[in-house]
Amino acid sequence: MNHWLLIIGMLAITFATRYSLFAFPHLQFPAVVRQALHYVPTAVLTAIVVPGMFYQEGALALRWDNAYLLAGLATIAIAGLTRHLLATIGGGLLLFFILRWQLGQLPV
Amino acid sequence: MSLAAPAEQHLSPHQEFLQGMRDMLPMLVGAIPFGIIFGSLAVSAGLTPWQTVGMSLLVFAGSAQFIALSLLSGGASLAVLLLTTLVVNLRHALYSASLQPFVRHLPVRWRMPLAFWLTDEAFAVVQHRYAELDASPHKHWYFLGAALAMYGNWQLCTLIGLWFGQSVPDIARWGLDFAMLATFIGIVVPMLRSRPQVAAALVAGAVALVCHDLPYQLGLLAAAASGIVVGVCLERLGGEPVEVMP
Repeated sequence: MNHWLLIIGMLAITFATRYSLFAFPHLQFPAVVRQALHYVPTAVLTAIVVPGMFYQEGALALRWDNAYLLAGLATIAIAGLTRHLLATIGGGLLLFFILRWQLGQLPV
Repeated sequence: MSLAAPAEQHLSPHQEFLQGMRDMLPMLVGAIPFGIIFGSLAVSAGLTPWQTVGMSLLVFAGSAQFIALSLLSGGASLAVLLLTTLVVNLRHALYSASLQPFVRHLPVRWRMPLAFWLTDEAFAVVQHRYAELDASPHKHWYFLGAALAMYGNWQLCTLIGLWFGQSVPDIARWGLDFAMLATFIGIVVPMLRSRPQVAAALVAGAVALVCHDLPYQLGLLAAAASGIVVGVCLERLGGEPVEVMP
């Protein structure tokens, strides 16, 4: 695949979504579309996160040595308790690397 | 710089611009690890250094760029990559719709660049400024300042990441991609305040697992679509008040 083609395509698509309503100052989305848009971040981001936690190297990894799964669950707990983005990212990453280190999965 | 304006006067465009940059600071701190991680992982996913910089300069969409890297490593086709970019970036249409009443009076030469720089972070900060009651005619300068701060920060972090990725061996084996999962968790979990939102997340997660082995990463699209449909249906059935985006 030509990666520059990919970049130009991503540019066009990203700009189109961002410019969508700025381009038509007097247009409004129908109600059902506006409603659906409210669920887009939740659905898309969750659909990325869950397989990222459960699958490793293309296979289901429902194991105690899967740091992505354990740290991911802990990160969800931190996010629910603190509702703070930086605390979630910082705490989650710290736990993840401690786990990987304990499990001997870091290339050090 | 001029002396502070009397209370009844509006901030000058210059002051609005600087205030926008200042208010963006916490968001910049949050974006630094991702810019660096993107830059350091891009080459191992198959992009050249120039393409890495080009993607940050031209696309300027953190989550879409991250997902593009993971799809590239997984060998997805161009069509799937672009379709996924569309789905992942659809939320920007919501931001565009929310801010449109405040920018509709501006000429195209303002609306186009502001739209190009409309990230999650800029939206969060800028809509807060527009919600303030003062009738300043220069709030688009605030928007511009916030947007440019984010853009400059992202380019700088991409470059640092590129350098970092080339000087640290085995960077791909460190598991830095977990930072993306942690960020998305940090964005999604606080949004789960109504039953339809929780249901949308549960269904999207479950379908993503079940459909993981579909070719071309189509599982992601199936999962996102299922979550959205379930959320909208529950909202319509339950008559719960619609959550306003933060």
